[in-house]
Amino acid sequence: MSAPDTLMKTELMEQKTALTAKADVQDLDFYYGDFRALKSISMPVYERQVTALIGPSGCGKSTFLRCFNRMHDLYPGNRYQGRIVLQPDNSDLLAPEVDPIEVRMRIGMVFQKPNPFPKSIFDNVAYGLRVRGENSRRRIEEKVEGALQDAALWEEVKDRIHQPAYNLSGGQQQRMCIARALATDPELLLFDEPTSALDPIATTSIEELIHDLKERVTILIVTHNMQQAARVSDFTAYMYLGELIEFGVTDELFIKPTKKQTEDYITGRFG
Amino acid sequence: MDQSRDLEAIRRLIAARKRYDALFGVLGLIALMIGVLTFVALFADMAWNGMGRLDWDFFTHYPSRRPAQAGILSAWVGSTLVMLTTAFFAVPLGVAAGIYLEEYARKNWITDLIEINITNLAGVPSIVYGLLALGLFVYQFGFGQSILSAGLTLALLILPVVIVATREAIRSIPQSIREGSYALGATQWQTVRYHILPYSSAGILTGIIIGMARAIGETAPIITIGALTFIAFLPPAPLKAEPPFVSFEWLFSPFTVMPIQMFNWTSRPEAAFQVNAAAAGFVLVLMTLAMNGVAIWLRYRLRRKIKW
Repeated sequence: MSAPDTLMKTELMEQKTALTAKADVQDLDFYYGDFRALKSISMPVYERQVTALIGPSGCGKSTFLRCFNRMHDLYPGNRYQGRIVLQPDNSDLLAPEVDPIEVRMRIGMVFQKPNPFPKSIFDNVAYGLRVRGENSRRRIEEKVEGALQDAALWEEVKDRIHQPAYNLSGGQQQRMCIARALATDPELLLFDEPTSALDPIATTSIEELIHDLKERVTILIVTHNMQQAARVSDFTAYMYLGELIEFGVTDELFIKPTKKQTEDYITGRFG
Repeated sequence: MDQSRDLEAIRRLIAARKRYDALFGVLGLIALMIGVLTFVALFADMAWNGMGRLDWDFFTHYPSRRPAQAGILSAWVGSTLVMLTTAFFAVPLGVAAGIYLEEYARKNWITDLIEINITNLAGVPSIVYGLLALGLFVYQFGFGQSILSAGLTLALLILPVVIVATREAIRSIPQSIREGSYALGATQWQTVRYHILPYSSAGILTGIIIGMARAIGETAPIITIGALTFIAFLPPAPLKAEPPFVSFEWLFSPFTVMPIQMFNWTSRPEAAFQVNAAAAGFVLVLMTLAMNGVAIWLRYRLRRKIKW
């Protein structure tokens, strides 16, 4: 048993060293007012890989995710410390002089509950392009179709693309939200528990989609479901009480966690 | 164990508790009927008294010393023009202020103070607005005893209503919509323009029309700024035959409004003028009801498309 294990480990390690980091989190602290919600987190997010953030409720995984697109800037009293360095331009996206709008134009997000705008499917997916000032109807149509195809939704909606988006099922709405984010060609796509409001069949289709999408976009996903993390991710970070306990290749972390805390959580003894 | 006895006891207990349900049902119905029936009785009485005077001539004649020839032409034209002026000023100001307070202003003690003040402004007696307007619009700005002064006065009066309605409509938009918009790289204005305004427009419209329905019945501030009680001419027409074809002279014209016309007639000794007052009152209530009807219809139309 030990021989294949070692073999797998070396392969994964080799794979890992060949990767480049899309983003590098350096000593990140985050404060809601006086409450320190994230405690000196440092980890890489590898390009064209899926990185999962797991941990019990309230561990700060969603807070961490929302740092990447500066969502916390929308509310008063929030404060970042540390850096998230984005490649290839080596810029710190948390720097005060960096406009959060610029960050959000590069980094897309899919939320926990599908949040379609009360507009047509087309207008939903086209929104990001229109916000960027794209006026050409033809280019918008091309992009919308492409994004819906990438989100595996085109075949289901192509005949009713101008119908209200809220007529779609929950799973379709979530795939439409993914298409909406994809239409603007994000470099990094954030998923905040994207399947927690969905049934198992819709969940499977979203997971397959995430798996396919990593060919072209770096993905960071928060999930409360460890099986989901094991199924979709290449790397996993286990967080607890605002701290990063362990980060590693998913298969290694789930089979042979190095920390006792991680092992307790993934084996279900805790959490 | 005798289970049937237990069941009996449970049923008796439920029946005893349900007596309070029935009691409140009756009390609530009485309370509702007192309000509704009072209005219906007043309205029916007015309609009954005034119906005899309601013909085409009533709408197309100026007031007169002879009650049978007196009409409400100058009053309903005046009310309509004052309402248009009021809406023109109150809507953009109120909606912009509401949006600013909800979406742009930082939440701190200054915002809280402003919020409390706006709520208080809604409770200021309308005569006080009349006095303010007399000093400011009529004399200071030199607008005179005109439709413009009246429109601005009533606009001030309903501004708090419009602001509060705008804020409430905006607050009912889920935060997930805003986050969705910002996450795609939208600016604040883009979020307001493409989401906040369209989705709150039904609520804002309702607020505007409720405010307008209040304004159309206002008498005190309009008398204070010096509206005429007897007027036998119309303001200059807004459209002209010669260039530039539009004219705003009507804004500076003397005027009267429906409630003042009513007040004028009720203060006359002749019984025939009381009939005129009832007929005018009936028309005024119909104007208000029509505005509310439009509000309900628009709200229905706009809300149909919006779900989350």
